[in-house]
Amino acid sequence: MRNSLYKKNIISINDLKRDELELVLKKSAILKKKPEPNLLKNKIIASCFFEASTRTRLSFETAIYRLGASIIGFSDGNNISLSKKGESLADTISVISSYVDAIIIRHPQEGSARLATEFSNSIPIFNAGDGSNQHPTQTLLDLFTIKETQYRLNNLNIAMVGDLKYGRTVHSLTQALAKYKKNKFFFISPDALTMPNYINDMLLEKKISWTRCQNIEEIISEIDILYMTRVQKERLESTEYANAKSKFILNTKTLKNARSNLKILHPLPRIDEIDYAVDYTPYAWYFKQAANGIYARQAILSLVLVEKHFK
Amino acid sequence: MQINKLQVEAIKCGSVIDHIPSQIGFKLLSLFRFTETEKRITIGLNLPSKKLGKKDIIKIENTFLSEDQINQLAVYAPCATVNYIDQYNLVGKIFPTLPKKIDRILICPNSNCISHDNCINSSFIFIKKLDKNMNLKCQYCEKEFSKNIVLS
Repeated sequence: MRNSLYKKNIISINDLKRDELELVLKKSAILKKKPEPNLLKNKIIASCFFEASTRTRLSFETAIYRLGASIIGFSDGNNISLSKKGESLADTISVISSYVDAIIIRHPQEGSARLATEFSNSIPIFNAGDGSNQHPTQTLLDLFTIKETQYRLNNLNIAMVGDLKYGRTVHSLTQALAKYKKNKFFFISPDALTMPNYINDMLLEKKISWTRCQNIEEIISEIDILYMTRVQKERLESTEYANAKSKFILNTKTLKNARSNLKILHPLPRIDEIDYAVDYTPYAWYFKQAANGIYARQAILSLVLVEKHFK
Repeated sequence: MQINKLQVEAIKCGSVIDHIPSQIGFKLLSLFRFTETEKRITIGLNLPSKKLGKKDIIKIENTFLSEDQINQLAVYAPCATVNYIDQYNLVGKIFPTLPKKIDRILICPNSNCISHDNCINSSFIFIKKLDKNMNLKCQYCEKEFSKNIVLS
């Protein structure tokens, strides 16, 4: 199998073709079953976190160590030359690219990872989240988890709940699942936080079915995946937030008519949108989803940095 | 046409951007950085036009606009024509067509987009919508905007 991801920048899920997604999922599954601790031996990877993101950073770093690579970098943009001395992002990336084999970048501004590719001297860039834009490795781990639990990525009914307006994970996941056939989407959100038009238009253009619903109960018996997200307090008026969050709290009662194969996913952190009692049901999969982040990130790092993988 | 010739001096050699909608001429001068050149530029504003009622016109001496520059004009001045002049004679007439992509000219409306940084040039691609309207998508932040929002 040809590895078309070799030396590629991983900036946006939209840049990946369906067969490239498949390649990552296949490699993730292999690495989950059979670790390859020397696959990236002698490689040095920079982990450049210009804003804090503990889970993503630790997940990437674990993936790097499990593949035998070394890591340099920083976890807080406030304490580096860029902020202290006024160095530009372009110069920072240009210099770091001369030290390492790949750069992972997390940055608060949208488009920063794409910009980094212009100054990295062909060293691959991995986007670990650029503002509210993209977080492609999150989507890869979401896809891996869905495939692992449902055994397919087509012909699925997927409900997305919470902040659909600003939640980049739901945007990217919808874009990725739209590459597969016969998936149906159900969107459940406060009126102020509905899915943006460009996502709805994309589904319409691809003739993919989507429905806006009022609550989870009305579709719980139809869905295979329930993707919960946090309603962000900082985006809403206090009364609007109180109404919105109480409307979309998932508890065991909501799951009464759920299909046996239903899996609940969440990009985490959870605040109070999923009742803790749900954790003990067979539907709760968000912690296993987070654990899968290691394999998906191992897969994408190794595919980009090593040409040959499959016989 | 005779009236325009009287109002804006003819050029011996160079490009004439004609049929620019009135009020847009000055915008084009700054957006396309025509003012950054050392070449002699003549500009006519609010001239009478059979086609548009009123129009602006820009004449740039000893400069022939590239195909990219001409097509980017179509974003702001879809009816514009670009005439190439040599020895006071018309030697070429080009009608701009909307390009697939537009670099440098526009500013991303997303205030958190990295393209606002000084060392970066903006870059947008045109997306045709189902309702035949045109959207512009920022190549950096990947946000899509209606054409009017980006151009305003």
